[in-house]
Parts: sequence; C-alpha cells; structure tokens
Amino acid sequence: MAEKRKKLLQGNEACVEGALYAGCMFYAGYPITPSTEIAEGLSVRLPQRGGKFIQMEDEIASIAAAIGGSMTGLKSLTATSGPGFSLKQEGLGYACIAEIPLVIVNVMRGGPSTGYPTGPSQSDIMQAKWGTHGDHPAIAVTPAYVQEILSETVRAFNLSEKYRTPVIVLYDEILGHMREPITIPDAGELPVVDRAKPTCPPEEYFPYDEKYEVPPLAPFGTGYRYHVTGLNHKKDGFPTNDSKQIRENNMRIMNKIENHKDEIWKNEEKFLDDAKIAVVTIGSTARSANFAVRVAREQGIKAGLLRPLTVWPFPDKAVKELSKRVRAIIVPELNLGQMVLEVERCAGGACAVEGIHRVDGEPINPAQILEVIKKYA
Amino acid sequence: MSEPAVKEKKQKLSVPFNYDKYMRPHKLPHIWCPGCGHGIVLKSLLRAVEATGIDKDNICMVSGIGCSSRTPGYVDFNTMHTLHGRAFSFATGIKLAKPEMKVIVISGDGDALAIGGNHFIHTCRRNIDLTAIVYTNSTYGMTGGQYSPTTPIGDIATTSRYGNIEPPFDACEMAKAAGATFVARGTAYHTLELEKTILAALQHKGMSVVDVIDACPTYYGRMNKFKSATHMMEVIEKDGTVNVKQVDKLPPEKVQGKLLRGILHNVERPEYCQQYANIIEKAKGGK
Repeated sequence: MAEKRKKLLQGNEACVEGALYAGCMFYAGYPITPSTEIAEGLSVRLPQRGGKFIQMEDEIASIAAAIGGSMTGLKSLTATSGPGFSLKQEGLGYACIAEIPLVIVNVMRGGPSTGYPTGPSQSDIMQAKWGTHGDHPAIAVTPAYVQEILSETVRAFNLSEKYRTPVIVLYDEILGHMREPITIPDAGELPVVDRAKPTCPPEEYFPYDEKYEVPPLAPFGTGYRYHVTGLNHKKDGFPTNDSKQIRENNMRIMNKIENHKDEIWKNEEKFLDDAKIAVVTIGSTARSANFAVRVAREQGIKAGLLRPLTVWPFPDKAVKELSKRVRAIIVPELNLGQMVLEVERCAGGACAVEGIHRVDGEPINPAQILEVIKKYA
Repeated sequence: MSEPAVKEKKQKLSVPFNYDKYMRPHKLPHIWCPGCGHGIVLKSLLRAVEATGIDKDNICMVSGIGCSSRTPGYVDFNTMHTLHGRAFSFATGIKLAKPEMKVIVISGDGDALAIGGNHFIHTCRRNIDLTAIVYTNSTYGMTGGQYSPTTPIGDIATTSRYGNIEPPFDACEMAKAAGATFVARGTAYHTLELEKTILAALQHKGMSVVDVIDACPTYYGRMNKFKSATHMMEVIEKDGTVNVKQVDKLPPEKVQGKLLRGILHNVERPEYCQQYANIIEKAKGGK
C-alpha cells in the first residue's frame, strides 16, 4: 500500500496531486506551455471524484470561470504560464477585492511576450506582486522540489481558503517538467483548510463584515443572497463612494495578509548560523545555490542559504535580520534583477548585496554561484 | 401553436405585480437616467422570473460592466457584478459548478459583443444552460456615449463625431451562428411581449440569448437628434422592429431594414452540464 504511494512524477503532475489532496473540485484553464500537464491531469482526475474541469476560450475566461466555481463553494484552480499570467491579472485583481479564494499556478517561462516557451525563467516574481493594477494583497509560494510542488500547492489552497484571497504557486519550467520520486501523503498527513462559512441567519449575514479580519464566505445558492462586485464596497457587498468606507475596504484586504505574515512566511535555512555569506534565492536556482553552498563549506567558506518558500509577502524580517550578520547576500535569479531589489530594500545597506542574473533560457549553475561566494570569502 | 398560452399569460399580467418580492428596495433609486429603458426591461424580466416559479435562492444573476450591468445590485438573488465582458465566463463557472442553479447573465451590447465577444461566442457554442439578456442601446452609456458594436453606420457618438463608419453587429445572428439554441429579440417598448420572450428563454434548456433593444436618450438620443426619450422608443423600438410572426403578412417594404422581434431560433441540442454529468459517470467507471 505504502509502495503504491511512491511515484516518479513531473512537477506539473505533482501539482495535480497537490490540488487533489487539498480538495480541489474545479479547474478552468487554457492550454499553455509549460503548464499544460496540469490541465491535462485534472481533466482526467477531477471528474473521477465528481469535480469539474473546463477548457475555456482564453486565459481571461479561465480565471473568471474558476472564480465563478469558487463562488459556489468549490476549491478552484487555474494554471498558466507567463503570457497567460499577464492575461489573468484582471481576474486576479477581482478575486483580491471581492475576496474569493482561488489558486493560480504560474509555471514561469522566458519572456517578455511569447519569449521562450520551453525555457525556464523566474522573471514573473514582480508580476506576481504587482501585475494587477491597484494596491492589493499578494501571496505567492515558491517550491523548489517536485515533492514540494505537491505540498506547496496544498499550502496555497490552505492560505487561499483561510485568508479568502487568491494565492499564486510560482515555479519555473525546470521544476514543471523535472521528474523526481515523490511520496503522495496520506490523508491527514498535511493540513487541509476549508474556508469559513457563515453560521448566522441570512438576514444577519454581511459578506464583508468588518468585525472579522476574514469574513465567512457563503457559497452561492445556500440561502444567503448577497452581492459581489469588483467596485469598492461596504460590508454588505454593495458599491460605495464614501471615502471612509473605501479606505476601510482597501485597508482590510491588505491588513488581513499584512497582520499574519508570520504565519504565511516559510523559509528554508541552511548553514546560516555562522554564515558570513548568504545566498537568498528561490525555486530551481535554490537547488544550484544549495550545491554551491555545500561546496563552499567543504572549502572552508562560511556560506549559507536562505530559501523563501513564500516570496510574497516578501520575507522582510528574515532578510533584514540576516543582513545584519553577514558580509554579503548573493541573489541568483533567472531574470535581470527582481528579487535582488527586495533584498536590497530589506538589507538597507547593512551588507553587500549582489545579484546573479541570467535570461538565456539556461539555469544558473552552481559554479556561477560559487564564484561569487568566493569573491566575498 | 402557443396562442392559448399567450392569452392565459395576458390575463395573469392584469394582476398587479409585487416587484418588491424580487427587488432590494433599499438599493433604490437606481443609477439609470430618466427615459432609459433598463428599468422597463428589468420589470419584464422579474415578471418572467415569477412565472418560472424558481426560488430566489436558486437564481444567480451575473453581469459585466456598464449601465445594464448594474442590474444585479437591485435584485434579491445571488448576484455578481464582475469584469467588463467576462460575465459569460464567470457565469459558466458558476453554472458548471452548480448546475441546479438558474444562472442569468445581464450584459450590454458593448459588454457582450465587443470586449466580451469571444466569451459570448464560446458560451453560445457550448450550449451551457444560461439565459443571457443583452441590453442593446448602441452606445457606451456609462462612459458618456461612445460608439458601440451596434451603433448604426453614420450615427454620431463622442468618438464618432463625423459619423460612425463601422457596420453594426446583429447579436441574434451571431448567437445563432455560434450555436446558441434559443435566440430571441425584444424591446423595452413591447414590455408584455418581452416578458413572454424572456420567460421562454428562462424555460429553455441550453444557452438562451435575448437581445433587448433599448434606448439611451441621454447620450445616443441627444447626439442623434431624437426629440425625446419616448420619440426615441417609437422610432427605434416600435417602428424599427417587426415581430417575426408578422413578417409573412406584411408587404416587403414594411419589413425591410427592420430588426425582427420574437423567438428567432429555438432548437434542441445536448446541454453542456448534462454532457459533463455523463463525463463524470464515465470517469467514475460507468459506461
């Protein structure tokens, strides 16, 4: 029995397993490289459990349909890659302001535009935070291993349900298509969170009740007839032009995340206790960094690794604290400098910060990282 | 064929109708201008809903962006005011996730046929059981009167000051071509006829589209020299349309250039959610 749960899976297939483990019952998507295997997998698996899969006419329709599915109470997912993620920004903002749980997977590929569909990239880090217009909360999780794609997809659903907000699963093409042996967790092994539903009578229900940080969300069709809009709204969901209410509406959706960053943050730390040089990186690049740091240690260099599994909200506290006790922070990333800006902001000049960047469709290899580590040794 | 039912319906209409049952009265007054037909269309819609007997809890109304898309805010259903042009996609998600719910889409001609054109086409193609009411007033009213996909050639809008050069869409032709199984047209002028048309749409199993010709006196009307809102309704809705049942009885010159009203297309084809239920059965190991 236990043997059966061992599987050799591709990252995108692990994402499917994670979604199913979390209780996903609705998927709407549009084919796009390198994330299509998620749609293909769920088109087979979801109906087997009575769930729904639909291939929509485009990326915008996909996120809209997924939000619609979520409004009926089903845990919903959509998956895409760079160009599709650009198109989904409209729906992402809607899910933020209307506070509708949703998970969006973005398997990052080279850009801009159509770019390099089959090549890896980490150039959507900033887009995951700032892609949709207006100030809005953002949660993005960043797995680095196939096993972790499964568990982080589950965590993404949990955060989404708990905070009533869209959550992005951000990994690159290397991870999406890499095969690793993984273990499908038993039921109960990983926590699974379901959104809070109202217990009050319908006439007392307010979908955006400010007495809660995260108000319960009634599924459509359960006797709670209420209004949802992408306009700034009052606690009853109806649009408002009142400046006080607009501010309250905007601040509450930000603060429900801001005030719980400690619960949302998740970092992996390696050899950081006595480190003088730290590498801060995510995803497949963290695998190279992990190797580089171990080689550096073998050579007597006090190097360490900080790997955020939550890139948004950015792990300010961990990076700030780190910058005060290391000589340098090195930030390798498959883009021309995105996460390095956040690291510089957090370090605030307390240590040297140097990025390693690559946009030729090839991964950053350990030797490249080791070379920069040695510079600060 | 349907004549006796029509007469029966007319009798029922003479009874005063309690709109409050379906409205959120504390959300009034609405945002629509004096002379706008949107409220008239809504009244026809609510009477049709009453005639279906469907419980309010099981009705979901989804809209996009624009004047007509503000409708869901005023009615006591499960309501969702979404993104410009995307109401069809949100509604598809809701319907597929919960097929037992009656899902009504409210959209305008700009919302459904321009920015939402692709979603409109594919929603029709899938034949998913939604009822779409498209308020066609040939203008973008919310933004102050720009030309829309249904503005006639030569007409004036704030973005076609020299006269519109783009030919208009016929929403019904497009819906039919795309695969909707019920396609009809009504106007805000023919309120009782519209109620019956919408009722038939709501009772249809599959994608039903009702194109409702409506007038925007504030922008389109003033820019195109209509004397008044009522004058506009008479010219565009009363004299500019002809009921499809009368076409054969009228001389060609009385039909030419007019939009047809009534049920224009009504066929049966497997509905999307029903077909998906078969998929589930198959996936679970049935035949």
